[in-house]
Amino acid sequence: MTPVTALETSLLRIATAGSVDDGKSTLIGRLLYDSKAILADQLEQVQEASERRSGEGGLDLSLLTDGLRAEREQGITIDVAYRYFQTARRKFVLADTPGHVQYTRNMVTGASTADVAIILIDARHGVVEQTRRHTFIASLLGIPHLAVAVNKMDLVDYAEDVFDGIVRDFLALARQLRVPDVQFFPISAKLGDNVVDASTTMPWYAGTPLLEHLETMSLADDVAGQDARFPVQWVIRDHDADYRGYAGTIAGGVLRPGDAVVVHPSGVRSTIAAVETLDGELDAAAAPMSVTVRLTDNVDASRGDMIVKVPSGDDEQAPVVTRRITADVAWMSEDALRPGARLALKHTTSTVRAIVDTLDDVLDITTLERVAAPAELTLNDIGRVQLKVSRELAVDPYERNRTTGSFILIDESTNETVGAGMIR
Amino acid sequence: MTLIEDPAANPLQLSHLRVLEAEAIHIMREVAAELEKPVLLFSGGKDSIVLLRLAEKAFRPGRFPFPLMHVDTGHNFPEVIEFRDRRVAELGERLIVASVQESIDAGRVKEETGPRASRNRLQTTTLLDAIEANGFDAAFGGARRDEERARAKERIFSFRDDFGTWDPKRQRPELWSLYNGRVARGESVRVFPLSNWTELDVWQYIAEEQLEVPNIYFAHEREVFKRDGMLYATSDHMELIDGEEPFTTSVRYRTVGDMSCTGAVASTAADLETVVGEIAATRITERGETRADDRVTEAAMEDRKVAGYF
Ligand SMILES: Nc1nc2c(ncn2[C@@H]2O[C@H](COP(=O)(O)OP(=O)(O)O)[C@@H](O)[C@H]2O)c(=O)[nH]1
Repeated sequence: MTPVTALETSLLRIATAGSVDDGKSTLIGRLLYDSKAILADQLEQVQEASERRSGEGGLDLSLLTDGLRAEREQGITIDVAYRYFQTARRKFVLADTPGHVQYTRNMVTGASTADVAIILIDARHGVVEQTRRHTFIASLLGIPHLAVAVNKMDLVDYAEDVFDGIVRDFLALARQLRVPDVQFFPISAKLGDNVVDASTTMPWYAGTPLLEHLETMSLADDVAGQDARFPVQWVIRDHDADYRGYAGTIAGGVLRPGDAVVVHPSGVRSTIAAVETLDGELDAAAAPMSVTVRLTDNVDASRGDMIVKVPSGDDEQAPVVTRRITADVAWMSEDALRPGARLALKHTTSTVRAIVDTLDDVLDITTLERVAAPAELTLNDIGRVQLKVSRELAVDPYERNRTTGSFILIDESTNETVGAGMIR
Repeated sequence: MTLIEDPAANPLQLSHLRVLEAEAIHIMREVAAELEKPVLLFSGGKDSIVLLRLAEKAFRPGRFPFPLMHVDTGHNFPEVIEFRDRRVAELGERLIVASVQESIDAGRVKEETGPRASRNRLQTTTLLDAIEANGFDAAFGGARRDEERARAKERIFSFRDDFGTWDPKRQRPELWSLYNGRVARGESVRVFPLSNWTELDVWQYIAEEQLEVPNIYFAHEREVFKRDGMLYATSDHMELIDGEEPFTTSVRYRTVGDMSCTGAVASTAADLETVVGEIAATRITERGETRADDRVTEAAMEDRKVAGYF
């Protein structure tokens, strides 16, 4: 192996959230710029654009993430943008979600795979309604870590008591929600304090800069649960060799040859004969690896089935095999969702038909209270929904497994993805 | 509590390259399972070489559930075409060649003229015609989101209408790893399994997997001339402008597109290790350094994508 590739780094997925003008673009620009992900020709473009717009010198870091021309012309941000940067320790995939009307839909999308959410707060304004909304969505989507960046500290004289007050208010909010891990950072995205380099202007802050936290935070406890789950995605056959392997992505836990398994929904039992990849057989494989599993028996499993390890020990659970699902649904379509609606539902690798039985409640995103029995869910609403599906599915609660506990809803007349569900 | 993760210490903790690999394999299998007639675009370039390895990882010991297709401008580097054919033969898979020359001969497109003529734009028509003629409803491409701004907002599944048009306002949200691959008749989807990879990831993966790449990616002596600050190979397809003087120097390529719009970089990096080192240290983007077509305007790529370009 070459020296460069010997450097093994892990991957961290980040979602960002902030109200307009809190400094999100500037912060992302700062992270990219200070971690040297911005190359000379891109910088030159931003320099030119900065001068064109302000008529003076100086680099406006927010322009680094400036969007499509179609967006600039219409003065709107269309969609989630993905940015990449890398340090010696980690590679980062950052979902940059716009903060406008379609916010909920976009943030749900960006948050669905995130390991950490950066929540931006303007030090002058403190915890505002948008902060509550963003934190709520982060918690709903099960993001295991929050990094609260209190920005524009330069505009409040780098005052410790301002920061402490915001920390207190935020912790009060976090207690209402399920937020496993939260850390706070007093920063100035514009001037660079505590983003990549430690600040000299806030000696009272003893913690690490934001980037160092992102580089070093442990993900060891977040891995998709202990329960081994393997949705069959594709059956590989080689007739000459009488080969039959179940290909898929491990959705939770660890698979090993010799493990006793159940194939759902049929309930047939078997044993893992081999876990393999193109590179050969493995002693063990964990989420999120893509592997091929061979079983000792000819059980005739196919796409949409789920191979599940028989639980051993108290901390392992079997999935629920059911045709009735209760879920929080984030609705993403202009056409409202009403009881009786028929949709396609995709859960792991299986697509079934679904009927909406009842709408139990809808969330008031300002008060974070649930309002019972709404007539409908409209665009960007989140509510508790009861669904009946056409075929049994093996599901887990979302809080136990983000892959086997989630689904999307598809409108079969337009083929659009119209909803995202988290199974409760 | 700060813990520095060391993937090597825990064999079940994946390195970022193995996470990206797993994600890409997952995407390829989803497409194979949910779409009727996919195709994988293989140019012989580094990104599509990685796609082929991922397809092996996704489907071996079975056969690929799709053919390969190359949109051949007729102005490709001969070394790349030779490599393409050899690689396809090794894999034992089927290759379709869609020819820009045939589109020109059939009057579907008009050849540009003059010293700055390029067949790059013409490819779009040839590609769309081939997708329609073969009835493909999905095409895998090797594009990455780090390549430039318009790509940063493009989904992994990028839907195209009958005209191959990309509408940034009508993209489907992509949640978790649940891809919605449904297309109506006449529509198709471009799928980019390497969306979350960077140029450096691609090279590191090539090194780790010990993949062969065409030799023009490594430093070699070549007759070139300078235009707009870039180095181009002299060839039958390139007309010199007054004042342009060919000279021979050591160069390598960062991308292998059409000879008429792909620039070389001065380099003495003759093996994978030094190339990866140069990429890690580079200060200019791949497209900015070597693709004339993207330098025309800031929004060049966005315009071409909307028009159906890959
Ligand atoms: N003084 C100061 N201004 C900032 C800071 N961060 C961002 N800004 C300014 O706040 C304004 C909005 O920033 P921008 O990044 O575009 O906000 P976004 O809408 O959240 O992306 C711009 O004028 C920035 O220069 C900061 O830390 N200190």
